[in-house]
Amino acid sequence: MELDAKIPSGPIEKKWEKARFDLKLVNPANKRKFNIIVVGTGLAGASAAATLGELGYHVRAFCYQDSARRAHSIAAQGGINAAKNYQNDGDSIYRLFYDTVKGGDYRSREANVYRLAQVSVSIIDQCAAQGVPFAREYGGMLDNRSFGGAQVSRTFYARGQTGQQLLLGAYQALQRQVSAGQVTLHTRNEMLDVVTVDGRARGVITRDMSTGAIERYAADAVVLATGGYGNVFYLSTNAKGCNVTAAWRAHRRGALFANPCYTQIHPTCIPVSGDYQSKLTLMSESLRNDGRIWVPLRKDDKRAPGDIPEGERDYYLERKYPAFGNLVPRDVASRNAKDVCDDGRGVGPSGLGVYLDFADAIGRAGEDKIKERYGNLFHMYEKITGENPYQVPMKIYPAVHYTMGGLWVDYNLMTNVPGLYAIGEANFSDHGANRLGASALMQGLADGYFVLPYTIGDDLAHRMGDEKIGTDHAAFDDAEAEVRGRIDGLLSARGSRTVDDFHRQLGRMVWDHCGMARSSSGLEQALDDVQTLREEYHRDVKVLGSADTVNQSLEKAGRVADFFELAELMFRDALVRDESCGGHFRVEHQTPEGEAKRDDENFSHVSAWQFNGVGEASTEHREALDFEYVKLTQRSYK
Amino acid sequence: MAWLFAFYRSQLGKKAIMAVTGFMLFGFVLGHMIGNLKLYQGAEKLNDYAEFLRNLGAPVFGPYEALWIARIGLLAAVGLHILMAYQLTQLNRRARPQAYAKKVPQKSTYASRTMRWGGIIIVLFIVYHLLHFTTGTVHSDFIKYDVYHNVVTGFQNPLISAFYIVANLALGFHLYHGLWSMVHSLGLSGPRVDPLREKAAVAFAVIITAANISFPVSVLTGIVTLSG
Amino acid sequence: MNLTLYVWRQSGPDDNGRMVKYDAPGVSPDMSFLEMLDVINEGLISRDEEPITFDHDCREGICGSCGMMINGVAHGPQAGTTACQLHMRQFSDGDTIYIEPWRATAFPVIKDLMVDRGAFDRIIQAGGYVSVNTGSAPDANEIPVPKPDADAAFMAAACIGCGACVAACPNGAAQLFTSAKVSHLGHLPQGQPERLSRVANMVAQMEAEAFGSCTNHRECEAVCPKEIGVENIAQLNRDYLRAQLTGASTV
Ligand SMILES: Cc1cc2nc3c(=O)[nH]c(=O)nc-3n(C[C@H](O)[C@H](O)[C@H](O)COP(=O)(O)OP(=O)(O)OC[C@H]3O[C@@H](n4cnc5c(N)ncnc54)[C@H](O)[C@@H]3O)c2cc1C
Ligand code: HEM
Ligand code: HEM
Ligand code: SF4
Ligand code: F3S
Ligand code: FES
Repeated sequence: MELDAKIPSGPIEKKWEKARFDLKLVNPANKRKFNIIVVGTGLAGASAAATLGELGYHVRAFCYQDSARRAHSIAAQGGINAAKNYQNDGDSIYRLFYDTVKGGDYRSREANVYRLAQVSVSIIDQCAAQGVPFAREYGGMLDNRSFGGAQVSRTFYARGQTGQQLLLGAYQALQRQVSAGQVTLHTRNEMLDVVTVDGRARGVITRDMSTGAIERYAADAVVLATGGYGNVFYLSTNAKGCNVTAAWRAHRRGALFANPCYTQIHPTCIPVSGDYQSKLTLMSESLRNDGRIWVPLRKDDKRAPGDIPEGERDYYLERKYPAFGNLVPRDVASRNAKDVCDDGRGVGPSGLGVYLDFADAIGRAGEDKIKERYGNLFHMYEKITGENPYQVPMKIYPAVHYTMGGLWVDYNLMTNVPGLYAIGEANFSDHGANRLGASALMQGLADGYFVLPYTIGDDLAHRMGDEKIGTDHAAFDDAEAEVRGRIDGLLSARGSRTVDDFHRQLGRMVWDHCGMARSSSGLEQALDDVQTLREEYHRDVKVLGSADTVNQSLEKAGRVADFFELAELMFRDALVRDESCGGHFRVEHQTPEGEAKRDDENFSHVSAWQFNGVGEASTEHREALDFEYVKLTQRSYK
Repeated sequence: MAWLFAFYRSQLGKKAIMAVTGFMLFGFVLGHMIGNLKLYQGAEKLNDYAEFLRNLGAPVFGPYEALWIARIGLLAAVGLHILMAYQLTQLNRRARPQAYAKKVPQKSTYASRTMRWGGIIIVLFIVYHLLHFTTGTVHSDFIKYDVYHNVVTGFQNPLISAFYIVANLALGFHLYHGLWSMVHSLGLSGPRVDPLREKAAVAFAVIITAANISFPVSVLTGIVTLSG
Repeated sequence: MNLTLYVWRQSGPDDNGRMVKYDAPGVSPDMSFLEMLDVINEGLISRDEEPITFDHDCREGICGSCGMMINGVAHGPQAGTTACQLHMRQFSDGDTIYIEPWRATAFPVIKDLMVDRGAFDRIIQAGGYVSVNTGSAPDANEIPVPKPDADAAFMAAACIGCGACVAACPNGAAQLFTSAKVSHLGHLPQGQPERLSRVANMVAQMEAEAFGSCTNHRECEAVCPKEIGVENIAQLNRDYLRAQLTGASTV
């Protein structure tokens, strides 16, 4: 299969303009004739559905929560990047582009990233106009902070609730279209399959989660904005409901899945407290702007942090990376935390934790300033741990946070399945092997507000002639039959172990072999184990109740079944990518100082996987990545 | 005009009507209490005051005329107030038909939770009160126009005094939350007003209640006697 | 520690429902309240009993999915905290805990502790937005917003739509939720053009749903996990009266 990314020709700063000119347009009268399904109401989905509605398309939007406003984007804390250069500190579209490609360890598409940096500017304008209460300076102008390794202040924020405020903006725009009759919302409604006719996406099969009804919806295009798959690890900072089902079902219908092994571990999360732990809580990375990370110099030093004198503390990030110090990228910060803990210098009961200390910052800026910046984060930390971070240093440890991998899409955000699009975290597009802080919100909104609404028109314009397909089409019968089959299978197993029990075991396996450090031997092992465990799962899982009412165990069971198949692909991808890059760290490939060592000769490409059946090895397709503008260098934050 | 009905039909509209009528009623009890203080200045003063009320607005109005206008106004206010209270109460019952097995109040006050009962007690009181002091129907030795006499002899009966005291306590609670709530219902709030609002509500409620209760008490304790 | 739970079980909208007693042995103080329920559920499943259904997603106190009456207080004993952020160290060994769903005609129970809060979305649909199409916005710094206004707007915008205010209000009123959105947008220059029509339409929708009316009990403010204050309700009343008296409501 030839992968055509459809990247416009011409100089990089002109590509998007050229694309917008070359894309065919659908005239307003005709837009009314098209139905578009948008699965997901996070930043990507809500902004896309709202904008498509404004343009005149008929939109159906789906989400599994009881309200579109609860999408996982709501949890984003730190902020959103934009190349506004309001701070006059030398930022520019080009710099944001450059930083993002570099931060992604040179495994992303230059053209996409450049476009992202270009539209980032409009996002802030749009959100401010919607009434998003961004942080302001006393003069009434927008405030910025430096975030996650960036050396310029380009991050816009709303206290520690940036994601919530941005999502509410998009959600309100969406509700406006609902009242205008342009968008029909289906909440508590989970997409369980994509329907394709002659290789084109023509609809979806969903389950109404409050009545159990299996429903069919036909459309001229299907957009997946269903987020990331971090919950394959069981423990992650994702919301409990986050799942890969929508993307995976699309994958099984022919959509290629790109770079599944690119997962991001976030360095600043609250450590695990016990085996009942159901999720991990992130402490925004912005904390690293003022907090200093350290561990005791001595192994298993059980003294209280306060009793450890400066001389016996190891501020290891400041020591190893004098230029960036505590602001090194996430993968570097995470790996170093793991190393000091493996070295027996971890803190806290489990020994899996490091200190994030604000004593100096409070001394310098005063408690009020710190409270103003991080008040609600400190508050959350105290609620969870019972410790007051104004007095004792926080304990943090890395946790799975974001998945760069996802459905392969071309420059127009269309998967290789015509009429099927993927936006936001659900696609693989812009972050390469590692995402910089505050750039996922930017990508989700860029895709939804400013990219997809244009690009989708091009394909639809060519579809004017197509005859409409109804939900009575045979393809819908087949897809629904498959969905019902899967549900019955899970309910009838009547085994002995709960879904969570299996999910925990799967999660541990993925964390151990495809987490912060990966080795060929471990991955080989995992490939066998996961298949055995998957078979055991389908034999021995215990799901009570019936399919025709609310059944949360059944919902989980379906998602975990898909995670099993995804995990297998992650192991395979991690194994094949015989280099280290960004979030993908192969122990075989590191510099003497333990830094990730890329192999640009052989791996400067995207691995896009084709599904060949459960238990069958998938086929890898490669999209070469060539860099005209960014100079490939071994990342160094020293 | 249509908007007026729409306004009347809306819950917030009804609340506003409650607030306004409530305020009128509050105004009346305040004025009435002040007038009644003349009880302490002896018979003539109080009777003259009653006399003055009867001939209110003279010479423009003849005897009783202005008074009746005021009475009708008050009656309308009480009527509307009660009607709104009734309608909103029904609506609120329908909004929460099933009670919690366990519910622990956090910030609501005894006063806020007993507005309806307080109101009903007040109305019963008013009815009795009119038959007692205005028409004299239920008064054992009622002398028309000798208000002083009526009040003192009336309160010499401990049971009657007790009833007045209870009723006025109920009124006190009703006014305490009522006044606070009234301001809020009309949207008169803000960082400056809010703390005052609380205090003002307490002050008015306490003053009115205390004064009203003082009348029966001072008669019973012999501070105020027929001989003056 | 060991606890006794009384949990509301209701198999569906048509079932009458009842409180059912469960023992919760060996609860760790570091568990979140929902993790405690997870453990109960694992136990129930192993005994072939259907697990307790409850809404939850982020478990970080931000998505507004979770919410239940815990010992007679919406979201439980800790102020400014959602059920998912409530930790068991707030309780002590031997405690008895009553767990019930939000109760309001406007929030019909779907199953066990899960209710339908769709009415909130419909209130926002009625006008809880700024009418600005994608692409038509001026530069973000063209409209300066005084910091105090931005902060006030933010405080109100922090509402997570959990419904605790309605659940706690003796009248089942949705005033705090509605007023939070009204004053979020009302504090910003971007919200001014539609300010009065917004409040009129949102209130009309709020009253069309089966919510009660506010008698200023202030229970809502006490349980709101985002500590939204009743001064927003006063603001709502003020704007609504202005809308009615100026006729702005008719647009
Ligand atoms: C704790 C945390 C903090 C973060 N902080 C930041 C930050 O500060 N800055 C930043 O840039 N990024 C941050 N991120 C990353 C960022 O929040 C996400 O990547 C981004 O919000 C993803 O948005 P999305 O629209 O693609 O997907 P989501 O917001 O995850 O939305 C997914 C949507 O799809 C729906 N859905 C999923 N599956 C189905 C299905 N099968 N059927 C129907 N509907 C379905 C869901 O209901 C939901 O509406 C953070 C992430 C986490 C976990
Ligand atoms: C049967 C008679 C009465 C009933 C049932 C009644 C009931 C109520 C109720 C339910 C409220 C609303 C409380 C709130 O919104 O917080 C209220 C408010 C009020 N009542 Fe009464 N009441 C009655 C008589 C009176 C009388 C006689 C007075 C005056 C002496 C009075 C003064 C007030 C005031 C000032 C308010 C505040 C208005 C508001 O909150 O909007 N009420 N009453
Ligand atoms: C202990 C306190 C009170 C005393 C001593 C008192 C005394 C009196 C007296 C003597 C009259 C008759 C005046 C006359 O006929 O010329 C009267 C009338 C009246 N009182 Fe009171 N009163 C008291 C409290 C109240 C309260 C609390 C209310 C209302 C809630 C009230 C409402 C009225 C009304 C409506 C009238 C009729 C006025 C009229 O003639 O139209 N009173 N009161
Ligand atoms: S106002 Fe507070 S309690 Fe009410 S929905 Fe919003 S956050 Fe929840
Ligand atoms: S509790 Fe209810 S009565 Fe009003 S102040 Fe809050 S809505
Ligand atoms: S689960 Fe999201 S707020 Fe509690």
